[in-house]
Amino acid sequence: MKILVPVKRVVDANVKVRVSADKSSIDLSNVKMAMNPFCEIAVEEAVRLKEQGVATEIVAVTVGEEKSQEQLRTAMALGADRSIWVEQTGFVEPLAVAKLLKAVVDRESPDLIILGKQSIDGDNNQVGQMLAALCDMPQGTFAFRLSIENGRALVSREVDGGEQVVSLSLPAVVTTDLRLNEPRYAKLPDIMKAKKKPLDKITPAELGVIVSSSMTTIAVHEPPGRKAGIIVGSTGELVDKLRNEAKVIP
Amino acid sequence: MSVLVIAEHNNATLNSVTASVVAAAVQLDADIHVLIAGSDCSAAATAAGQYQGVSRVLVADNTAYANQLPEAVAPLVSSIAADYTAILAAAGTTGKNLMPRLAALLDAGQISDIVAIEAQDTFIRPIYAGNALATVKTSDPVKILTVRTSAFEPVGNGNNPDQMALDTVISQNKSQFISENLSTSERPELASASIVVSGGRGLGSAENFQLLERIADKLGAAIGASRAAVDAGFVGNDLQVGQTGKIVAPELYIAVGISGAIQHLAGMKDSKVIVAINSDADAPIFQVADYGLVADLFQVLPELESLL
Repeated sequence: MKILVPVKRVVDANVKVRVSADKSSIDLSNVKMAMNPFCEIAVEEAVRLKEQGVATEIVAVTVGEEKSQEQLRTAMALGADRSIWVEQTGFVEPLAVAKLLKAVVDRESPDLIILGKQSIDGDNNQVGQMLAALCDMPQGTFAFRLSIENGRALVSREVDGGEQVVSLSLPAVVTTDLRLNEPRYAKLPDIMKAKKKPLDKITPAELGVIVSSSMTTIAVHEPPGRKAGIIVGSTGELVDKLRNEAKVIP
Repeated sequence: MSVLVIAEHNNATLNSVTASVVAAAVQLDADIHVLIAGSDCSAAATAAGQYQGVSRVLVADNTAYANQLPEAVAPLVSSIAADYTAILAAAGTTGKNLMPRLAALLDAGQISDIVAIEAQDTFIRPIYAGNALATVKTSDPVKILTVRTSAFEPVGNGNNPDQMALDTVISQNKSQFISENLSTSERPELASASIVVSGGRGLGSAENFQLLERIADKLGAAIGASRAAVDAGFVGNDLQVGQTGKIVAPELYIAVGISGAIQHLAGMKDSKVIVAINSDADAPIFQVADYGLVADLFQVLPELESLL
């Protein structure tokens, strides 16, 4: 079984971002970048399936600028066998990413595609579902447990009310939620080995995809700040404030 | 000109978040249709018809839609999408699962998690865990939108629109529903409760969440949790508040033993009044709190219970 794992380069999860001075975007200069945390979970899940003997090959893919190759190297250090870099600078909206990935799927014919449920920059939560639609594959989103049984993917999903289990024919798309696994750290020898693993570059034109956009970001603003609060001295004072000042409890 | 709201329901009852999605649709200044796709879902359809502003309820009642799997519902909605300038759903796990699949079938983009409507084609949405708000304009002929329901005041009841059956049946077997395990609670729903009492790693155990439950019972509040508390197994995933969990904006949010990571703040910082109870005076949660109490929660919670 071959698994395709799309990954994304994003701002590190611990960075508090700032709006650019001209209010057109987020200021990303000199900001630490990393693999999107949900993508790390996707890579880890693929690696575990390979360790269990379920998967035979893991191919990582990303759509992005030159530096996004770093995240492909990370994926290979964690266990991906090879990777594909779809070279595209600037912002690419989710539908365009899905179309590029669809073209990669057509070339690679994976049995399973595992990707993060959302990236922590745009917070869109769209690419996996869009890719599934374009490939006419079933989807198991927000997965917290995944197994391959009798040629189908059994996916336990985190849903608003609790949990849901679906069974999907293969090939299928699975998107990862937080509790699917705890990703490992790459070991130094594996990081060295990853440098020698194959990384192929391809352009949208070579994939036969015209990257278009229907969305324009007109402005980006800081959210309204909260006014400074107070520290109360006791539980009694807290209850008094809530009852008589904020008037939010009876 | 019409817009379509995809109702969130479990066939028998309508999820109240749908009333907030209708409220967003009202701002688009068009005829509002509501789609109920399900099986034996006439009760939910009747409830949806009562929402103010709805002019028509479309009912696709077939076993093919019993579990509302997106592999069936997305093509169903796609088959009627040409009639609409916008299609909206709540930005919960159901809408997030369905809407991008629908958008791709229509070769349209999607604007996720809208919190305000600037114009028919221009919307505001949070990005980077709510640390910025982007104003986004789309040129798609049909706008696919998911709505952050905590940002829209729900519409009231009092209406009686026409109901129309939708006979299209989408059969598929690529995806099969196996089971679900939904938590049941007498408490108000987390996403729409007016008071939320939330616990973090500081609670220390699942048993200690009972201290919060007693306070929630006194206040008629919903229970929430930080990711750390869910990861530690203190409570189920359905209680997680944050960037990738539930987004809440109650009148009162009481954070107990929660440090306040960016990802948690993203899920609750639009609450009207925030209370933080934590023994660590440097915890970032105090930066967004209206009232902070630096103290041992195991001492505070029993006191709080007796004073309420």
